[in-house]
Amino acid sequence: MTSSLEAPQETANPSEAAVRRLKKNPGSASALFNTAMTGVAGLCAMLAIAPLIAILFYVLFQGWQRLDLPLLTQLPPPPLVEGGGLGNAIIGTLLVVGIATGMAVPFGILAAVYLAEFSGDRPKIARNIRFATNVLSGVPSIIAGVFAYGLLVATGALGYSAIAGGMALAVLMLPTIVRTTDEALQLVPQDLRWAAASVGASSHQTLLKIVLPAAVPSILTGVVLAVARAAGETAPLIFTALNSSFWPRSLLEPIATLAVNVYNFALVPYANQQQLAWAGALILVILVLATSVISRSVTRRRISEQQGG
Amino acid sequence: MLDPVPGSSPPQTVFQLERVSAYYGGNLALRDVSMAIPRGGAIAFIGPSGCGKSTLLRCFNRLNDLTRSFRLEGRIRYYGQDLYASDIDPVQVRRQVGMVFQRPNPFPKTIYENIAYGARVHGCKGDLDERVETALRRAALWDEVKDRLQVSGLSLSGGQQQRLCIARAIAVEPEVVLMDEPCAALDPISTGKIEDLIHQLKQTYTIIIVTHNLQQAMRVADRTAFFTVDPHPGGEKGGYLVEYDATEVIFHRPKKTETQGYILGIR
Repeated sequence: MTSSLEAPQETANPSEAAVRRLKKNPGSASALFNTAMTGVAGLCAMLAIAPLIAILFYVLFQGWQRLDLPLLTQLPPPPLVEGGGLGNAIIGTLLVVGIATGMAVPFGILAAVYLAEFSGDRPKIARNIRFATNVLSGVPSIIAGVFAYGLLVATGALGYSAIAGGMALAVLMLPTIVRTTDEALQLVPQDLRWAAASVGASSHQTLLKIVLPAAVPSILTGVVLAVARAAGETAPLIFTALNSSFWPRSLLEPIATLAVNVYNFALVPYANQQQLAWAGALILVILVLATSVISRSVTRRRISEQQGG
Repeated sequence: MLDPVPGSSPPQTVFQLERVSAYYGGNLALRDVSMAIPRGGAIAFIGPSGCGKSTLLRCFNRLNDLTRSFRLEGRIRYYGQDLYASDIDPVQVRRQVGMVFQRPNPFPKTIYENIAYGARVHGCKGDLDERVETALRRAALWDEVKDRLQVSGLSLSGGQQQRLCIARAIAVEPEVVLMDEPCAALDPISTGKIEDLIHQLKQTYTIIIVTHNLQQAMRVADRTAFFTVDPHPGGEKGGYLVEYDATEVIFHRPKKTETQGYILGIR
């Protein structure tokens, strides 16, 4: 197939033929295939990031003119009133996502620790839990909202509240965290567990000091993915956190969030509120980007510390 | 056709190194190595850990190209051709300069496919079965595996896996086979088999072997190169070549005190 293997002209000196075969041959089938496939892969990479760039650019274009101090410090205005901001929704989003993270991260990581480290004697249970987690990750977000609504709101246990909203988001975050942590723990080399065990570490010492730290970068990536997804969810919050035009005073009251505000304001015919919707979308995008950039730089520093760099 | 170079004597030079230095990022790994490796026979690289001998080994088949931060200064000539010239295809270099690694690393495929893979990649024509058999025979593995060519290469013992890897390397008919501590993960019996194999193979190929086992270097190598590195924290960085001579000279009449100290285990 490649021309390099066609018998080279016999020469007095076989090493000359060997050297000749070393030369690049841009016309050979394998070289052409290589170039073509590299081109195709590059093109696909560009196409894959094109939507991201388009969204960022458009949201920035539409939202930047309202990106000012009142946006961060003022309450949303009533219809037909100029000015105002989304200060309560920004705080609301941080609170609700914070509550969701606080619920989903410990549960998710501990569940994954069980699956990866302690389910050895009961492989069937582990398999079923993994399957159930995968199913949960495919459940539409609105169903998670209905679930939290049925459990906490409709029963009157909490009513529309930040906690109910956080719970709905936690259900959505859980499968991502369980799955990425489970995979991260399984990638920690077995040698490391044996090494810890052979200096007399108990299983929880091995886990806390050796295995989990080694898996932290991948676990954090999973958590950030889950947070980013939760921060942008709208449907589950409509049933649970509802909305509010005021500053949040209690976690047990309805609370404004960026996503729900963007949804509401995008549908009204008032120009000022539409601009606020764009600005809210821009803040949401910035929050999500900032979360991933910060967590990445933190994990990178951790990794270089671990490797003694 | 070109006339043969007048006065070129039979032991042809495969690799000619001219002031080779190797860097990983800003770190100097190997400095200013000049040496000539003749065609045929086995050359051993010995020296303490961190002296750059494995780095140098990976320069011969441009495997270091796969390490992003790697940089080479100086020149490595392969039959007179600059190996790092811009018109050289590293893929073709690795076809002519094969490699066997410290840990046996057979592909997770059948024994047959492990050998046939390289031949297929290079689009070899001809009888694949015959090629597989020849390679396995040369690697002294044929009799042990001829009845189970379709089982996974990973089902073999460590020593057999390493011979499978050697068979895989020679199946594409290279000029040179690089071996990076090929017996470090093997028991003495398997090690003995690999050493016998190296004796066989060095009749056909040029073998460059990195080893921490001095007896092994004495047993298999015709020539030995001793590398070292300044162990003091403030000392000069980067491994360097101390002495390169016939194995017999290095082990019995070394000219440098560093070599003598290493051979005798004196710090």
